[in-house]
Amino acid sequence: MTPHRRRRRALPGLPLALSITATGALLFIIVPLATILVTAARLSRGRFAAVALNARALAAYRLSLVTALSATALAAPLGLLLAWVITRYRFPGRRLVDALIDLPVALPTAVLGLALGAAYTTTGWLGAPLANLGLHVAFTPFGITLALTALGLPLVVRALTPILTTRPFDTEEASAVLGATRWQTFTRVTLPTITPALLTGAALTFARGIGEYGSVVFIAGNMPFRTEVAPLLIMTRIEEFDDGAATAIATTLLAVSLALLFVIARLERHAAVRAGLRPRTTQ
Amino acid sequence: MMSTTRTTARRRPTDDAPVIRAALIALAIATFALLIAAPAAIVLVGAFRLGIAHFAHAIADPSALAAARLTLVVLAYAIPVNVVFGIGAAWSIARFDFPGRPALLAALDLPLAVSPVISGLVFVLLFGARAPLGAWLIAHHTPIVFATPGIVLATVFVTFPFVARELIPAFASLEISVDEAALVSGATGWQLLIRVTLPSVRAALISGVALATARAAGEFGAVAIVSGNIAGRTNTLPLHIASLYNAGDTTGAFAVASLLVAVALITLAIPTRWASDR
Amino acid sequence: MRTIVVVTSFTIATSFAIALAACHSAHTPESGGSPHLLNVSYDATREFYRAYDSLFATHWRERTGQFLTIEQSHAGSGSQARAVIEGLPADVVTLALASDIDAIADAGLTDTAWSTHFPHKSAPFTTTIVFLVRAGNPKSIHDWPDLTRPGITVITANPKTSGGGRWAYLAAWGAAIERTHGDSLAARAYVAQLYARVSTLAPSTRAATTTFVERVTGDVLLTWETDALLAARVLAPGAVEIVAPSVSIVADPPVAIVDKNIDAHGTRQLATAYLEGLYTPDAQALAARSFYRPTDTTVLATVASRFPALPRFTVDSVFHGWRDAQRAHFADGGTFDQIESAAHVAP
Repeated sequence: MTPHRRRRRALPGLPLALSITATGALLFIIVPLATILVTAARLSRGRFAAVALNARALAAYRLSLVTALSATALAAPLGLLLAWVITRYRFPGRRLVDALIDLPVALPTAVLGLALGAAYTTTGWLGAPLANLGLHVAFTPFGITLALTALGLPLVVRALTPILTTRPFDTEEASAVLGATRWQTFTRVTLPTITPALLTGAALTFARGIGEYGSVVFIAGNMPFRTEVAPLLIMTRIEEFDDGAATAIATTLLAVSLALLFVIARLERHAAVRAGLRPRTTQ
Repeated sequence: MMSTTRTTARRRPTDDAPVIRAALIALAIATFALLIAAPAAIVLVGAFRLGIAHFAHAIADPSALAAARLTLVVLAYAIPVNVVFGIGAAWSIARFDFPGRPALLAALDLPLAVSPVISGLVFVLLFGARAPLGAWLIAHHTPIVFATPGIVLATVFVTFPFVARELIPAFASLEISVDEAALVSGATGWQLLIRVTLPSVRAALISGVALATARAAGEFGAVAIVSGNIAGRTNTLPLHIASLYNAGDTTGAFAVASLLVAVALITLAIPTRWASDR
Repeated sequence: MRTIVVVTSFTIATSFAIALAACHSAHTPESGGSPHLLNVSYDATREFYRAYDSLFATHWRERTGQFLTIEQSHAGSGSQARAVIEGLPADVVTLALASDIDAIADAGLTDTAWSTHFPHKSAPFTTTIVFLVRAGNPKSIHDWPDLTRPGITVITANPKTSGGGRWAYLAAWGAAIERTHGDSLAARAYVAQLYARVSTLAPSTRAATTTFVERVTGDVLLTWETDALLAARVLAPGAVEIVAPSVSIVADPPVAIVDKNIDAHGTRQLATAYLEGLYTPDAQALAARSFYRPTDTTVLATVASRFPALPRFTVDSVFHGWRDAQRAHFADGGTFDQIESAAHVAP
């Protein structure tokens, strides 16, 4: 794969393409984000702290973070499992599973939330047996985690499938021929190769999970301090005519999620360099 | 999946033990069933709980049809915008170097990290009656919020990077020698794009469009804030579903939702049929 | 250099084009000949206004020969008020409580003396807050103190987003005041205990009803009498029953014209007639069918048996009016917020 980005004038179309990109980025990324920051900046420091750092907001951030991280921790291995099984094995129904993996992302978020909510209440198909075991899902943080995990599975699988279908069979064979067990081959050869993609999928799951509203609001209990996620708190503030508080909370949430995403991106780049996949610049 | 075609019948050193294989498959299917298939099944079953008549009534209801129409209108505006932007971004980012390139690339990921609720809020802040721009627009009979333009804008924001993210790696993996050959043969930039580049990234393009379409059609949080919930006018399908649910008509909500499930199932079947390198 | 020029001119041209497109697509259908009315209402009135709108449209056609289009918008009362303030072009608002319309008036969209424009403080019908329990009342819930018994799970709507949620809160508080003969500390303690029993705060009253009835969650639903009757008679007859507490609140959802919008649309006469029509016997009968208590005494007499006999106090008698109640209890940092934070001092 020859890097060819540095040819400035060999290929035509830069001015137009760049114009389109710049206009789009300006109108739909810069301006909206700037609006949030400007509106939040209008608050005095004291008021900002009072609305965005009070106990209820902190509880909301904590819940959003915990559920998003838990969902990521669940979706990553499960997504890897699904991607592995789909790309490596043949079994009846493989095509079906492969095609339908994207379903949670293809459905409206509200529908996913309603459906999961219906399934996992104490009288639902899946909630009833769980309730007998003492596990309550609907209206608990676990329910939120479940919904976010379902949303994250397709993201992880999608991130992994390209690399799993083109990964270096040769290196694996070499490793096996040299006497490594399957487990050793998997952990020492395969896993490092797919870790960057896995981290990308994890990052996407986390980003989606921390801001998710539609699927969460129908399965969460929405109790302040207990089962109220940050996006719901923002929505509540909006409905209370308190745009300042809403944007302050939004800014804080954004800062936290961007910080975590930055960490994950760093990890990904590190893993990619170690696996010899990434030359120098971001993909 | 090309990789799953086994060329030899013998077990290779890189194959897993049958027991492991069976266990992993079982676990994968269980995960799939509980988290992915279950919601779809619930919707489909719940839609018919009160019988076919109720189902037909919910679907043929004028508000539902208006919601479907609005969703299609939103898609008609939002998807082309995303595609144009995606192609522009991929062309410039994947093939050229320019000052600000890393920043632009990072910026593309931002809408994904922003909660949809925040995106809705942004448009109310910019175009609501209490904002100077918004007040001016409303006074001149071009309201943005609580009208179709606001819904389109909020949807575009939420789905903005989807096509670009799929196309950038695809463009980056194209061989420049092909482009140079085309240019040397006298192709203009447009011809290069349309005849050579886009067909080569067809799979990524379709994938990106499918993702963007699904997200755009299903967006709830952002649109809930900028829509006015005016039945028949500013309700998209997801809003209409939520509205039915909030009115106590769970079966009606599932009925309309089942339509979307069906559409999603069909949409998902297409890319895997056409895509050549997935 | 050339690149910069191209980029800048493209940006300007595109923004201009988008602006033009916005003008085009925002063209509303009102600029036609036939009259049009937008009624922005709250969640629980969907069935009622569906019936009333067709009644009124027929009546209008007979009176003026015009074909009238009435559009409805339904969501939580508080969010609807916000939407109207943000530009939702309501000709009339028919919301769940006075302070939501007060907010619209304070934003300059309507007259601050709006409640004097129509009879009964601009509330054409009233309702109240009752309990809904499982058939047979297995947990023996009869009155307010039963709601805070250990082991009882309560379902109700979120006072911050739902009008019905606020009425339920005030009903509980007011009942406690009556029970303790004016002890507000005891009332506050009671309400705190009550919300500690709530397992899920639904975003709207209907969502709470759905949670209770269809998802079979909780032991008792604290909701509008209208929704309770709807559930017991229509949605799930035989599965749930109504329990009327010893005392409750007069919930009088008010209506108002939105002066700024009707003057811009030229619909003052239509909007006023629409709201006045709510007090006619036909409309009052429709309201009764949707389980509202009519204010028209004649109609009320014919349907009195439908409603449980229930002594009711008013917001004015216990709380000095909605403005006070809103500020003290539901504003940021008000009593509801304090109760919720006090319950979670050490999370």
